[in-house]
Amino acid sequence: MTEHGFVLFHTTSMAMRADRTLRKAGLPARLVPTPRQLSSDCGIAIRFELPDQELILGALSDAGVEPAQVAHLETPG
Amino acid sequence: MAEAGSPGRSGHRLSINAGRMVYEAREAVADLFGASDPLRVIFTRNATEALNLALTGLLGPGDRVVTTGVEHNAVARPLFALKHRGVSFDVAPCDRAGVLDLAALKDALRSPVRVVVINHASNVSGALAPLELISPLVHEAGALLLLDAAQTAGALPIDVGALGIDLLAFTGHKGLMGPQGTGGLVIGESADPGEIEPLTRGGTGSRSELEDQPDALPDRFESGTLNGVGIAGLGASVRSILEVGVDAIRAHDMALTQRLLEGLGDIRGVCIHGPCDPERQTATVSITFAEHVVTDIAFRLDDEFGVMTRAGLHCAPWAHRSLGTLPDGTLRLSAGFSTTIEDVDRAVEALKQVTSA
Repeated sequence: MTEHGFVLFHTTSMAMRADRTLRKAGLPARLVPTPRQLSSDCGIAIRFELPDQELILGALSDAGVEPAQVAHLETPG
Repeated sequence: MAEAGSPGRSGHRLSINAGRMVYEAREAVADLFGASDPLRVIFTRNATEALNLALTGLLGPGDRVVTTGVEHNAVARPLFALKHRGVSFDVAPCDRAGVLDLAALKDALRSPVRVVVINHASNVSGALAPLELISPLVHEAGALLLLDAAQTAGALPIDVGALGIDLLAFTGHKGLMGPQGTGGLVIGESADPGEIEPLTRGGTGSRSELEDQPDALPDRFESGTLNGVGIAGLGASVRSILEVGVDAIRAHDMALTQRLLEGLGDIRGVCIHGPCDPERQTATVSITFAEHVVTDIAFRLDDEFGVMTRAGLHCAPWAHRSLGTLPDGTLRLSAGFSTTIEDVDRAVEALKQVTSA
């Protein structure tokens, strides 16, 4: 089990904006199905490594991305 | 589309690829129209659906609409349907070239009005509506400006903020050179999406536990599976338009329109119904004949010369009433970005031959 950070969104479109923002910025993060434990508004979420949290949330905020929730969770792999 | 699944419905790679394509198309459309936020681009099947969404979503009993004498049935028919639900509307007349009478519009705006819906260019005569003059009048009257840009999206520079457009309806398959079955409504910063009731409600891939339709954009207005294939194609075509530049497209269209108008002017018995000025119209030109029926000529142009035109009423009886071309309608020629000067010359030559015979 590894602990990861997750950014959750209200809509798929906002998740897509987040994905595009992070790709443009060259930040390592990926779109994954939202873990059921976190519940959520939208079926996809951004998963990131915990040390990158500040950079990632900063880049999203600069791009006007509004997360529904940011959470940490232990997941397999 | 082997590399794309259903957008926004799952977290696997194919669904995410599809979601990315749709989002990139939203960005391209927002860029093209100067929209502040790609999430304010709502995808629909066509301009008709976007106009229906705006009109039926905004208007209720007691509301009044002002519109013009060159509207397409995509506006006229929803307005007639709304009339049965207590919405009233007035039509500001257009002249025989399809040009809006601004003084009449001003008069119509003296009484309270909720929405002014304007055809940016007549799909029959090509006449352009002078938005820079219209939009201040609409806003002084406290109304929202809904623009039908079916004829002009991709063909003329349109910036929703600079031109004061509150809502813009577009189709993908004309000037945007995208696939049929794509279009959308751009909701400007000046319009409140919360005031627009959705046309459809259902699955959005978001907030599934909620019984009410979510308010977040674009999900409020986009229920059910999107036309992902078509929207991906639209995104690609809009990106290529952004590369070429709308100004270059407009210059091309104007040069062809000039050539076409000159050529038509030389043919005996041809009457042009429109501004006859490339500056004041799109590359759409409507004609009738002193001695021929428009549908006969349209058939012969296609059959004998491979020149494809459209004869009749063009889903716009209001426009033909303004032009004085009811009940037969006109024969419409239109040029696009892939049309060449040689194509125009061939069409003119073909018209000379079929009208002299």
